[in-house]
Formats: sequence, C-alpha cells, structure tokens
Amino acid sequence: MEKLRYERPIIRRLDSEMPNKFGMRTDYRPTTQIDGVPVKSLIDKFGSPLFVISEKVLRSQYRKARKAFTTRYPKVQFAWSYKTNYISAVCNVFHQEGSWAEVVSGFEFQKALGNGVKGSKIIFNGPDKSEEDLEMAIQHNALIHIDHLEELYTLTELAERHNTKPRVAIRVNMDTGVYPMWDRFGFNYENGQAWDALNKILHSGRLELVGLHCHIGTFMLSAQAYAVAAGKLAELAIGVQRKFNHTIKYIDMGGGFTSRNTLKGAYLPGTDTNPSFDDYAEAITTALLNADFSSEFLPTLVLETGRALVDDAGYILGTVISNKRSSKGKRITIVDIGVNLMFTSFWYDHKVTPAQEFTQYTEDTTLNGPLCMNIDVLRESVSLPLLNKGDNIVVHSVGAYNMTQWMQFITLRPAVVMIDNDGNPHIIREKENLNSVNGQERIPNHLDHFEL
Amino acid sequence: MRIKKSIAISESGFMFNPITGESFTVNPIGFEIIQMINDGLESAQIIETICKKYQIDPQTFDKDLTDFTGMLDNHHLSQHHDQEEA
Repeated sequence: MEKLRYERPIIRRLDSEMPNKFGMRTDYRPTTQIDGVPVKSLIDKFGSPLFVISEKVLRSQYRKARKAFTTRYPKVQFAWSYKTNYISAVCNVFHQEGSWAEVVSGFEFQKALGNGVKGSKIIFNGPDKSEEDLEMAIQHNALIHIDHLEELYTLTELAERHNTKPRVAIRVNMDTGVYPMWDRFGFNYENGQAWDALNKILHSGRLELVGLHCHIGTFMLSAQAYAVAAGKLAELAIGVQRKFNHTIKYIDMGGGFTSRNTLKGAYLPGTDTNPSFDDYAEAITTALLNADFSSEFLPTLVLETGRALVDDAGYILGTVISNKRSSKGKRITIVDIGVNLMFTSFWYDHKVTPAQEFTQYTEDTTLNGPLCMNIDVLRESVSLPLLNKGDNIVVHSVGAYNMTQWMQFITLRPAVVMIDNDGNPHIIREKENLNSVNGQERIPNHLDHFEL
Repeated sequence: MRIKKSIAISESGFMFNPITGESFTVNPIGFEIIQMINDGLESAQIIETICKKYQIDPQTFDKDLTDFTGMLDNHHLSQHHDQEEA
C-alpha cells in the first residue's frame, strides 16, 4: 500500500479576541512552476538556492510601462537602471526593447559598453565619477549628469583639456511634499543651487547643457510627488529658454516607482496600494504638458525606472533545512536563503509560498536563513503552511537590487537562471566556486607555510 | 502521558478547555496522535504506526512528535499519568 503524504502535527490556539479583518484563511497557493517550468526541476538541475528571472515578465512589465507613458506623451525614452540588476542578459532584454543604459559608476559604464550600448545612449549618474570615468564618458559622448560643483569644475577642466564640449545635465533635488526629502543628489531647487549651476554651465560655454534630471526618492507611494517634481523641472527648463535662449532637450524623472512588494510596517499589501504605471504616467505627463512649453520645444521625457520593471520578474527558490521552536514557543523554519542573498528582506515583507501542495493548516512562523547571524531573518512573522525538511519555497518579487547588492558570505552565491519566452531555462550567471573567492586572494611568502 | 479528561475533542480536530475557555484546532495527523495517546500508546508505538502509514522516517517524526506533545503540555491540555488533573 502506498504511504500517504506526511504533514507534521500541529495544534493551534484559536484567538477570538483579536479579529483579523482579512479573515482567518491565508490566500497562499503553491507555486509549483514558473512560466511553465516546475520549481522542483529547476532546483534539481541548478541547485538550491536559485535565482530565477522570467523574461516574459520583464518584457511585459516594460511594455506596460512604455504604453502608460507613450499613450500620454509624444516623446518618451526609457533608460535601464543598471544598479537595479546588471546581469547582462537582464540588461539586454531591456536594450532589445529599446531602453538606453543608466549607469552610476565607471564599472557600470564599462558593463553597458560591453553589452553593446553606444556611449551616446548611456546616461551617467551618481556622485562618484572619477576623472578617468569622466574622460571615458566624454570620449563616448555619453550624457553626463552632474551631481555637485566639484564634478562640474572637473568636467569643465577636462572639456578644455580635450577641446571638446561634453553633453551634460544637472541633477536637481527638491521638496516634492514627501518625507524624507531626498536632497543629497544634485543641486537644490528651492535654495537656488540649481540655478547657480545652470548659470555656471551656460555662461562658461564649455559644456553642452542638454537635460535636467531628478531622483526624488525610492519606492514612492505617491505619484503626485512626481507631478510636483516634473512641474519644477519644467519651470527650470522654461527659465533657461527665456534667459539664455537655450533649449533643454530632455527632462529625466529618474526612478523610484514601486513594485508590487509590501514595505515593512505597511498595513495593506503592496498589490492593493502601490501606484500603477498609469498613475505615475498621468502625474508626470500632465505636469509636463501643462507647463508653458511650446510644441516645438517639448522636451523628451526620460525614465530610469528599474525596480518596477524587474522586481516582479525575479524569484528565489529555496529549501527547508529545519523546523524549530523559539524559547517562547513560536515556530521557526530555517531555509537555505540568507539575507546576504536577499538584501531586500530588510525593506519588504516578501511574499513566500511553498512549492508543493499543502493543506489549509498554517502556523505563524519566523523564517530564518542559514547564516550564523541573528539578523538573518527573511520574514519575522508569516503565516505559512506546514513545511517539512527538504520542502521547497518560492520567494516572490526579488528581481531588483538583490543580484547587485548580494554579499558573498560564509558560502558561495548561487546561479541565476532566466526562463525565456518559450519556457526554456538558461543559466545567465554561474554559481560561484571556490576560485571565485580564492582567485582574488594573494598570500605573502612568509604566510605560505605553517605547522600545526 | 494522556489528554486531560476535562478537554472536549471533536472528530474534526476541535479542542475545548472548559477550565480556561480556550479553543484549539489540530490537523488530522495531530488528531490521530491524540487518539493514540488516549488509547494509551507509548511514543515508540505511535512512531511505528505513523511511519507505516505516512511517508516519513522515524527520526524526523520522533522530533515532530516531541514538538507536538510539548505544545500539548504547553497549552495545559495533557498530563502525565502520575499527575493530578488541574
């Protein structure tokens, strides 16, 4: 006789004094496959833990975002935010869709060039651009977004030295009515720093001012803040036109759009509350169209959204190592996904689903990773079905920042697989091996030998 | 150990403690274990019975059984044979 599937025994106290407005039942269903590929087969073939990216979702998210803006505004250009996920296969999906590259370091600049992006279609942001980085950007005719006066002076000097006129924009920070106000990137609008920088650039005549840029925040839950920012940048652009008879060719609204993740501490799930592409598009394009631009001088709208395009396309698959109880009797489930791989577990309450069938019974669980550190907590409290050792889980919406901010700690970083539009999995980043770490190390001669 | 006589247990796995007014729910395998405990089966016998019926090895189930009986104890639903019922 075939044995029945085992579920570990549980007893749960019914707490009637704390009603839950969302009902007792969780909405979890198993995630047994991603784009038609069984989760178990992915783990069998590529190991656990494993990052998985859906090409289908990447493209559909991009097209959804593009449609939201192009139906409302005549000139729109997306630039893929490399820092969000710079695995080349991911970048190239967006480049195939028409995105330029938005980079924030010399390393990312070289990565974009290596992927085949023309220098003239690379936007160079970030506060730390070395002289070598700036020379590379000038040589490739990139769009350099100036962050501070030191950079402006260096750039002016390089322009003189190389007898060239680099294409630049200034980064502008401003009060958009949200807290916290991001005022560390670029020049402030309200106190006149932005105008000061514009005056310096346009009076010097050494640099070609082509754009205005802002990056007002991250995971912005208010689309209206973008309307305020777009209005202020439009005002600057119109001011430049009036004062210098100089046309600003593009307004770059940066990134910061939300994915479907739920921020820690949020009462309602992100899927219900976060603004859509249409919400952002409506706010930004309305503000630009209502500004005093004549049709002839309407600037191109550049968008550097990263998270909103890639987050929901990324999953991490893992395996249950053990179940325990805390000193207070709470269930602890340990999985092989640590916070070193899931940096965003510090920001979000990620959705976690088992990868196999389960019953309606759940336990309030703390989900811990495998690191020897107390901070290794993926979810502090999550209602999960009963998981046994060896069961698999799927963590959703991990495509943004995790594959760039992950840390090699204690063990090696896992492979990243992309499932193409036809449901074929491809390794897009190999699992690390010992040489990935040791290959970078050098041992001085006097430390080469020892006896124990 | 055994389940306290005062605890009401329904066949759907619902448990009620009339002394404290607390209600509990157990899953089907938990209910089976409670029945076996009430029938006087020892841990070794419970492990043997469950491992014959379900896809589980004795070591893992032993750990889960210890956890489960610990939670019964923690919720004051069980008592050892030499204890007075509270």
